[in-house]
Amino acid sequence: MDLENYTNVNIFKKVYEKREVSSIHNVVEQPHHLLKDNTQHAKGGFNPYVNNQGTTVAIAGKDFVLVAADTRISQGFNILSRDYSRTTKLTDQCVITSGGMVADIETLHKLLIAKVKTYQRQFKKTPTVESLAQLLGNTLYGRRFMPYYAFNLLCGIDQNGQGSVYGYDAIGSWDKLTYGVQGSGSELGAPILDNQFVGHNYLVKTLPDDVSVVEDTGKDIINSIAERDIYTGDQVEIVIVDKNGIRVKREPIRRD
Amino acid sequence: MDNENFGLAKSFSSAPVLSISPHTNFSQKEQTDIEHELNEQVGTTGEYVSEGFCFKLAPGQDQIGFMRSLKEKAPKLTDFAKGTTTLAFEFQEGVLVAVDARATMGAFISSNNVRKVIEINDFLLGTMAGGAADCMFWEKYVAMQCRVYELRNGEKPSVAMASMMLASIMRQYRGQGLSMGTMFTGSDKTGASLYYIDNDATRVKGRLFAVGSGGTFAYGVLDTNYRYDMSLDEAVNLGIRAITSATFKDSASGGVVRIYHVTNHGKWNLIHDAIDVSELHYQFEQNKGHTGRGNEGKPNKYL
Repeated sequence: MDLENYTNVNIFKKVYEKREVSSIHNVVEQPHHLLKDNTQHAKGGFNPYVNNQGTTVAIAGKDFVLVAADTRISQGFNILSRDYSRTTKLTDQCVITSGGMVADIETLHKLLIAKVKTYQRQFKKTPTVESLAQLLGNTLYGRRFMPYYAFNLLCGIDQNGQGSVYGYDAIGSWDKLTYGVQGSGSELGAPILDNQFVGHNYLVKTLPDDVSVVEDTGKDIINSIAERDIYTGDQVEIVIVDKNGIRVKREPIRRD
Repeated sequence: MDNENFGLAKSFSSAPVLSISPHTNFSQKEQTDIEHELNEQVGTTGEYVSEGFCFKLAPGQDQIGFMRSLKEKAPKLTDFAKGTTTLAFEFQEGVLVAVDARATMGAFISSNNVRKVIEINDFLLGTMAGGAADCMFWEKYVAMQCRVYELRNGEKPSVAMASMMLASIMRQYRGQGLSMGTMFTGSDKTGASLYYIDNDATRVKGRLFAVGSGGTFAYGVLDTNYRYDMSLDEAVNLGIRAITSATFKDSASGGVVRIYHVTNHGKWNLIHDAIDVSELHYQFEQNKGHTGRGNEGKPNKYL
């Protein structure tokens, strides 16, 4: 090796050149965080997280899946927006809905849309909900050491035409559910959902299975949460996924 | 043999094994010395690259500090499934695995119907305690590695080897904040065997384990009633009894009991998918002649 290669700049160059050719997995981004300024933070260290709250509910039916979410985003006690949509369409048969940090939610949703497109180009077909469920799990776990601050529900129609909901924690553990609730009102919403869709505490209970009944129940649940949770309110956004595609509607709820 | 391709299909890849394997950083050796110099001068490169995975790290030098302070930085983020009761023991007909199904976030019950037994493949099972995502992801990864081993070598890996894969991963990430306490069981040529593996990279072969917050209560029942020469029925009943007792006393455990049996002949069976523990409690108490409401003997004095 000649002496020129021992200057800092050349060592950088050499490593990055080598890494780029060695493997697709070894892609190295701009080393902005290696700059001294970026490593020195105020007391408490580097904190990239803020919780913008919000609640989302998803219910799987026989041949449809319904999402009811509020549209409020907050920072502390301040309301930043009253018409933020926390649900994103991934395919014609699948949507993702999330609560948590808006920046992370948007990044994650955009990343998933890109991954769906890549999948479509690569395999010449649209990914199924089951595939997307595993994909989202792996995407979240890929950030195990700096997680997305997003709590997700993946909702869609599976290959048999049945509605399905997949629930996640922030680092990618997931399970198939019949209904789920995520976000700031999850503690308030979960017992109502259990009561309405499993029939806990009832001796006889006819469970709702018609779209319009489920829709009303979903709206009621978000409405009830908005009565007791300061981070939930403004509007309820209803997204219905069925074999005809995706429908969205909004209704105002309390704005205080 | 006149067949040059050894009977392999034409579509079978003739690429060198290294280029289709998941070990994508096999050229690492050439890099290490240069990288070492680089690290001394400018710190870490910001990503974990290992066995094909590329984990994004927090910017800055103090990755471990970042992970440790996640709880204050992002409440709820790391607050997943902590309480649990899982148990497994060896007996003459294989290994019996019994688990509860409760997931808690602090005092909030996020689910009473969680699957804490991960069906890794048709001869391996892993139980889940601690971080659900860590268990799920890495045990699925072990399943993939087992399949690759099977394709390369024409035989299934032993349970000892599969468990060692998981333990090696835990060793690699030790101190980085992974959370996992798993009982790794499976069945190979030598019959069923049982290992305990956790995030400190502990790997112990044993006959009887109970893991989780309700584990101590389960040990009480197990140790008094355990015999190696139990029949399958007796073992199943012991598993159910131990989990029910644990869920009765430990409020972080509950929901339903799930029972799996790993046979000595290379596969596992699901024995009970979901038995409600609150029904079991009354059943056991009534077998003793009690009501199950705890009002036997001296009448309680209210007010």
